[in-house]
Amino acid sequence: MPLQAYLTLAALVFAIGLFGVLTRRNAIGILLGIELMLNAVNINLVAFARFRGDLAGLIFTLFTIAITVAEVAVGLAIVIAIFRVRRTIEADRLDLLRG
Amino acid sequence: MTLETPAFWLVAVLLVGASLGVVLTPNLFHAVLFLAAALVATAAVFLLLDSAFLMGVQLLLYAGGVVTIVVFAIMLTERLVGQRITQASRGLANGAVVAAAVFVGALGVLMETPPAARPPLTGDATEAIGRALVGPFAVPLELLAVLLVAALLGAVYLARTDD
Repeated sequence: MPLQAYLTLAALVFAIGLFGVLTRRNAIGILLGIELMLNAVNINLVAFARFRGDLAGLIFTLFTIAITVAEVAVGLAIVIAIFRVRRTIEADRLDLLRG
Repeated sequence: MTLETPAFWLVAVLLVGASLGVVLTPNLFHAVLFLAAALVATAAVFLLLDSAFLMGVQLLLYAGGVVTIVVFAIMLTERLVGQRITQASRGLANGAVVAAAVFVGALGVLMETPPAARPPLTGDATEAIGRALVGPFAVPLELLAVLLVAALLGAVYLARTDD
């Protein structure tokens, strides 16, 4: 398969993830959408690394995966902390900082 | 014509279907299961791109770790509130328009790029990754270790109870 096939697949997954981030009300649902988008980026990185014969893309993917896992852990901890205080994780109702 | 083409289409259909499941299913728990399927399909894409090591990392860290954490978070919040979390969506049309616009924009860019030939494999990628991680990428690797410790402490601090 050509490089474009992999990039198109990644772009499609990215768009789907973006759709999820924009439409989900639930904070965990939004996080899941972000996961999909980061996943699409990883596909792009690995595809470019393979087609350019450049190792740096693979290393970069390794780093993004590790950082994403850390981000999810902290993000979900924040969600649980918010849930303890506000009794909801609906993003629309978390508007304390609204002026 | 190799086995790669049918395998690619199979994995692509699985990945896109699972991704749509993540964003469209009303049950949040089912969304996480779809996410697990999407992550496993992504691992298969990595394998198609001759990156067996990254496939392993993806399966262990993403499909194993992330999904477990999210399931825990859902169980905790459901348990605390004592009712099932419904997963309502809003602005479906607006979201679809924006997402489609981003997709078409990305498609326009990557249709202009000239097709690149897939270079032959040179050596063992896993060994090269290992050598690069302790060679030119040693400092970022150590920084990553610091970040993971910080994330660990931060998560424990944020999620702890007050007493």
